[in-house]
Amino acid sequence: MTAVAETTSTPPGTTTRRQRGPVATLRQSATVAWRQLVQIKHSPEQLVEVGIQPVIFVFLFAFVLSGQMDGDRHTYLQFVVPGLIVQSAVLVTARTAIAMNGDVTSGLFDRFRSLPISRTAPLIGRIVADYVMLVWSVVLLLAFGMLLSFRIETSWTRLLPMFLLLLVFSFCLSWAAVYAGLLASNPENVQALAFGLMLPLTFLSSVFVRTDTMPGWLQAVVNLNPVSMLADAIRGLLVSGPIAAPVTKTLIASLVLLAIFAPLALRAYHRER
Amino acid sequence: MTSAIQAEGLAKQFGETKALTSVDLQVPAGTVLGLLGPNGAGKTTAVRILTTLLRPDAGRAVVMGHDVAKDPERVREIIGLTGQYAAVDEHLTGTENLIFLARLLGFSRARSRAVAADLLERFGLSDAADRSAKTYSGGMRRRLDLAACLVADPKVIFLDEPTTGLDPNARDQLWEIIRDQVRRGSTVLLTTQYLEEADQLADDIVVIDHGSVVAQGTPQTLKREFGRPTLEVRPVHHEQLDRVADVVADVAGERTVEGRAVKTRVHDATVLPAVVRRLDEAGIEVAELSVREPSLDEVFKQLTVTGAEV
Repeated sequence: MTAVAETTSTPPGTTTRRQRGPVATLRQSATVAWRQLVQIKHSPEQLVEVGIQPVIFVFLFAFVLSGQMDGDRHTYLQFVVPGLIVQSAVLVTARTAIAMNGDVTSGLFDRFRSLPISRTAPLIGRIVADYVMLVWSVVLLLAFGMLLSFRIETSWTRLLPMFLLLLVFSFCLSWAAVYAGLLASNPENVQALAFGLMLPLTFLSSVFVRTDTMPGWLQAVVNLNPVSMLADAIRGLLVSGPIAAPVTKTLIASLVLLAIFAPLALRAYHRER
Repeated sequence: MTSAIQAEGLAKQFGETKALTSVDLQVPAGTVLGLLGPNGAGKTTAVRILTTLLRPDAGRAVVMGHDVAKDPERVREIIGLTGQYAAVDEHLTGTENLIFLARLLGFSRARSRAVAADLLERFGLSDAADRSAKTYSGGMRRRLDLAACLVADPKVIFLDEPTTGLDPNARDQLWEIIRDQVRRGSTVLLTTQYLEEADQLADDIVVIDHGSVVAQGTPQTLKREFGRPTLEVRPVHHEQLDRVADVVADVAGERTVEGRAVKTRVHDATVLPAVVRRLDEAGIEVAELSVREPSLDEVFKQLTVTGAEV
């Protein structure tokens, strides 16, 4: 047989354009994000699922827990609503991890990997779609919070930098979620892993209580938690307190997360299964 | 003859497990190769290497002239893959699933719609086009999955156990679709555990077991080469079974008593007159006497059980 000889010409009938470069990656990511978002049309209960959690938490903290906190309900809401925004971001990345794992176990990722498309588009598309869900849940959270006397004390225009910061943070944290989702063998494991990490991440932070109420050794840990940094930054932006320092710390922490988990996630994506 | 797929000495090991030892494959353009083997034989590993999802530890594979390890991007432009699980997004409709892939491949909106509608029509899914895939039956999902792998009009198609778990009707429909695709000029490599499927669809069959090729050829050659016909004799009087067995053993060299009959594998049908004569001489009345050509299933069982000796 002599047919092994390699040909360099494109075989006739190959109609697809070459799908390389940053523009192609962006376009493909947008297509993957479209796929996630069009699902909402068919199962709108997803919107409720994502939206109900922050509403329940606002209710819980405003009526059940605020009595134990010093100050009145309004004072605690001013403190905890920015924290709950951060909690929503962490919750949405857990969704990312679970959905990612679903795509791997269903074989959809094998199909992606056998197509002439960017290697990162399926990951970025998913992260972008989940950010849209996050914006939706934060809008609901703010609306419900305001119904119960939460007020933006700084300026409405601060919402824009707040959402931008949230975008940067959740984009970077999502890579950790993607990594977990690709690594685990089934969705149940991801769920266990995600919630096992999420609880300490949100509770050992300044999300729900002021860190100066904690013992000194714990404060050291809590202040290193990126979740605390983001919560403080959002408090500064929407309510009161320093802005520059926590925002800078959040950006640095986000980049560190990205630097650690994006390569790990990409490696897991290419890993042989 | 041009090869669409050519593989030499493919080997792959996962930890201590040798998934493939040294597999050679060759699929001429426009033909169907059936890669046949039991569970865990290495079929899926071979497909994953050929579709660029896995790198081989050793050996080399070329698809339409492009090396799968050195130039995976080019290979991906030519191939279509349908894995063991129907990889469709069940939250999307049939149309949306196909449009999604078409858009991903860079088709315009209009062209994506046209391609999706055309494929759904061809695969008998037009009526279900706007229903979400989770309402589809198993057969419909498989057809949608196959349609998804054809969006880019690939020249070479890999089907990993395309009909596993389907009822006979759905299976027949899928077979017809695969035949149609071959008539359109595609080259197909399909893995299957079912001989009937390979016999129905494949021009050539490669039987693999424990990661290596144990036999190959056309369905007819395999039957002829590895399957020996079975001689079956059933006496009228059950008590004479032992004497029948002695006679058969004398002529054919082997004896196996199964229920009320003696069965044995023979080299060819020429033993028949001798058996008849000897039985007649012994005064044994025979209720049934036959020489049956082997089924591919028997060949398969024989090959994969005694694979090492063949």
